[in-house]
Amino acid sequence: MRRTILTLIGVAVAGFAMAQSPEEKGLEIAKAADKYDEGFGSSSTKLTMILTNKQGQESTRYMSNQTLELTTDGDKSLIVFNSPRDVKGTATLTYTHKEGSDDQWLYLPAVKRVKRISSDNKSGPFMGSEFAYEDLSSQEVEKYTYKFIKEEAINGVDTYVIERDPVDPKSGYARQLVWYNKENYRLEKMEFYDRKNALLKTLEYSNYNVYKEKHWRAGEMNMVNHQTGKKTKLIFEDYDFGLDLTADDFSQNSLRRASR
Amino acid sequence: MKDQMQNLKERSRQFGQVWGEKVVKYKWPVLIGTLLLAMAFGSGGQMGFNSDYHVFFSEDNPQLLAYDGLQNKYTKDDNVLIVISPKDGDVFTRETLTAVEELTANSWQTPHSSRVDAITNFQYTRAVDDDLYVDDLIADAASKSDEELAELREIATTDPRLVKRLVNEDASVTAVNVTVRLPTQDNGESAEVAAYVREMVANLEAKYPNLETRLSGMVMMNSAFFEAANGDFMTLTPLMFLIVIITIFLTTRTLSGTFSTLLVIVLSIMTAMGFGAYMGIGLTPPSGAFINIILTLAVADSIHVLITVIQQMKKGMGKREAIIESLRLNFMPVFITSITTVIGFLSMNFSDSPPFRDLGNLTSVGMMAAFLYSTLTLPALLAILPVKVKARVPKEGKSPFLERLAEFVISRKRPVIIATSLFILISSVLVFKNELNDEFIKYFSKSVPFRADTDYISDNLTGIYTVEFSVGASEEGGINDPAYLNKLKEFEDWLYSKEEVVHVNAFTEVMEQVNKSMHGDDLSYYRMPDNREEAAQYLLLYEMSLPFGLDLNNQVNVDKSETRVIVTIENIPTQSMLAFSEEASNWLNENAPEYMQAEGVSSTMMFAHLSERQIMSMIRGTAIALLLISLVLGFAIRSGKFGLISLIPNITPVIAGLGMWALLYGYVNTGISIVFGMTLGIIVDDTVHFLSKYLRARRELGKSPEDAVRYAFSTVGQALLVTSFVLVAGFLVLAQSNFGLNSDMAKITVIIIAFALILDFLMLPALLMLSPTKRAQDVKEKKSQVQQKLQPAPAV
Repeated sequence: MRRTILTLIGVAVAGFAMAQSPEEKGLEIAKAADKYDEGFGSSSTKLTMILTNKQGQESTRYMSNQTLELTTDGDKSLIVFNSPRDVKGTATLTYTHKEGSDDQWLYLPAVKRVKRISSDNKSGPFMGSEFAYEDLSSQEVEKYTYKFIKEEAINGVDTYVIERDPVDPKSGYARQLVWYNKENYRLEKMEFYDRKNALLKTLEYSNYNVYKEKHWRAGEMNMVNHQTGKKTKLIFEDYDFGLDLTADDFSQNSLRRASR
Repeated sequence: MKDQMQNLKERSRQFGQVWGEKVVKYKWPVLIGTLLLAMAFGSGGQMGFNSDYHVFFSEDNPQLLAYDGLQNKYTKDDNVLIVISPKDGDVFTRETLTAVEELTANSWQTPHSSRVDAITNFQYTRAVDDDLYVDDLIADAASKSDEELAELREIATTDPRLVKRLVNEDASVTAVNVTVRLPTQDNGESAEVAAYVREMVANLEAKYPNLETRLSGMVMMNSAFFEAANGDFMTLTPLMFLIVIITIFLTTRTLSGTFSTLLVIVLSIMTAMGFGAYMGIGLTPPSGAFINIILTLAVADSIHVLITVIQQMKKGMGKREAIIESLRLNFMPVFITSITTVIGFLSMNFSDSPPFRDLGNLTSVGMMAAFLYSTLTLPALLAILPVKVKARVPKEGKSPFLERLAEFVISRKRPVIIATSLFILISSVLVFKNELNDEFIKYFSKSVPFRADTDYISDNLTGIYTVEFSVGASEEGGINDPAYLNKLKEFEDWLYSKEEVVHVNAFTEVMEQVNKSMHGDDLSYYRMPDNREEAAQYLLLYEMSLPFGLDLNNQVNVDKSETRVIVTIENIPTQSMLAFSEEASNWLNENAPEYMQAEGVSSTMMFAHLSERQIMSMIRGTAIALLLISLVLGFAIRSGKFGLISLIPNITPVIAGLGMWALLYGYVNTGISIVFGMTLGIIVDDTVHFLSKYLRARRELGKSPEDAVRYAFSTVGQALLVTSFVLVAGFLVLAQSNFGLNSDMAKITVIIIAFALILDFLMLPALLMLSPTKRAQDVKEKKSQVQQKLQPAPAV
């Protein structure tokens, strides 16, 4: 009798553990993905951004990006704009935070000053593109709440589909759908839903390369805005994971240096 | 060959009679057959409403293309403007501002919305040391102190980007502007947006009883178009039916006759509707008028057939014979008047505005159907149904009034000619006093909420009409060039110097504000940055600080090579708008580099150009209709000379009508410009009937011109009075439409029809009597032909 009860309890507990809620499963996958990419240290890359309007007219901008991995807080990143000509040398430094709004500085070579952007608004278009700043900044786990939706095979890859809702009330999105590759947790696709929960944009990742054996980086990101018909393509080239950048490379002084 | 012709004429003479005999013989198959035909059309489905204001413009309309081009560079801006007026007259209270905040947040939930602008979420820029703050101007209004509220009021009522746009100068009225992105083909999206906004606003008023709200903007206009078309259908059509039923019953005094006529009308409308559904024609306020117009015009066909039947029966003829006789007498005249009416309506195909083409085609189909049904269904039904005719002394086809009128014209031919000619002459001078005007707000009568709300907005907050200029820079990124920016500022200053300008929304203000903030909010830096790089980098910084949906895409193109200047102007006639737009373009021409030159475009400009384009195309259409109708007429009366004479009473009513219109209203819009071809087709009927009687008397009965005039008056005078009465009544009902294009079109049609009757009774007989008499032999020669061609129309 006692055995039976114990068995029953055991089964119940196991069952409870098995019957993980979609929220828990979603969070688990997001954490696993974060964990999987842990330990890349720092990286740099060249970026080409191609904007296409509804009529197919293109406009191209170039920039470079450096990222420093932090485990205690969000990553730090430095972007230097190389074109258009008028903004050449302009650089942004961002400290993402796991909680609260990020810190952001901009160096303006025309006036040789560093300006702090004290705005909570990170949902505006980045450089006139279809990417919002929040789409490009470090995707810290804490910035969203998660919900597992389903498993799905897309483009011949098995994926987990997770819905995530931004914690920041100033976010431009009601929710996002994220397709994680089951094998290596790299992102295959994302859908962005606007505040009225209508599909706004779709982002597709392609030309993946693996660096330092496990860090997958997309060579191309294609964002399509369904509401405006505009598109933006981001091309990442010359990834370098061997620079061993330090916090010194991500200070306000480094902003001025990077500009040159 | 000659024999063949003779044979043909012989046969056509018999045609009406044979037609009548067959119809009476095969009354059941004819009735069922025509019913099936109408039902086949009717099964085409429902005609859908198309209420996007874009339907007024053809796909290749240059102003539409220009505006689409501009909207493609920036953003497509259909909007709802929600205007809030606190009853205490102060927007800057904790309660009202909290309400505005709430409304703004809720507005983001509007279907298809892409942007929401309000005084609360206005992106206010300020500097503290080297920190740049870009944030909502008003957040958490409930917690603001009185001092803070006063400060906010000061900022909002002085910022050129807000005042006279989202808040008025005395801060008693504010607005939330919701920009929506509607698909090119409106499938009810406008209505969806309007419904959402209306509910949202009703909830707001319920929660904040101190607030009054009003709605305007392009989306609300679209939905007002829809409601106007629907309203005409719901209220005017039943009224028109009632008038028609009463008129037929009073003139014929037979129930089965009234019923049969009604059936002919219903079948005609059903056929036209089915045609519309098959062709995928969307119902718009103008094209929707086809129902009432068919209703009005189809009566005439039936009434001619019906009245003769009754007259003949009163004379003692059997029903069957009376029906055959009626068709023998009426088939040709009804056929010819139907053809001329159809030609008149088909001339609307020259219109530049698709809804009017649709109106023309739908009515044409309806009129062809009306001809068919009134010569098939009507006689078949009369043959089946019992028709009781009271044994009264048949009314003579003349009245003392008409008799006196005839004598009057006969005794005073010359004075009548001189007086009517003088009248026409004066009218033709007055015609040019009409100004083209298509202020689209005025398309709606003041009882339409959209019109009332919009008028309130133009009186209390801002203007409704806009002209937009896309001002180019020399190259990519060129908008950051101080030379460009300063020139743009000059343009803005010039615009503000014009008294019709209410507000100018230009990129310069963003630059000035950002430059000021980048220099520690030093007011002396409220100007353009010193060099291009500085400007570009400030702009980059500013853009990175903007929230979702409040970017600069609506003002600056992606390349940063062009910016958009939106000028809001007062309610002025469209001709003045066009003049203003041209003056502004000229200013750029003379004062700015070539790459900065721009033409004014906008929905306002599209409508402003519409009547002009419409008039030009309708002149062509009317000329062709006139030519065709004259040919039909000349063919029908078999005389070039009388054909020419008949042109005079057909053209002059339009001139007289326009002259009268100049005195009454003084403007011509898109709706009015289409009536000329249309009325021509209608009024020509009067002339056909009068002239055919006159010629019959001259040629067949050998009467003198004077006696022939007496004969014409006595035979068709009253019929013309009755049909004109029905037409006038029908168009008077349509004139009650809340949609100005329809009511104006109907009003001027009433005037023209009335003048047509007057001129047919005065000028035409005088002209006929004064024209040189033909040689007797000539008359004799024509005699036989006339008889075949034109059977007399019945007298009432």
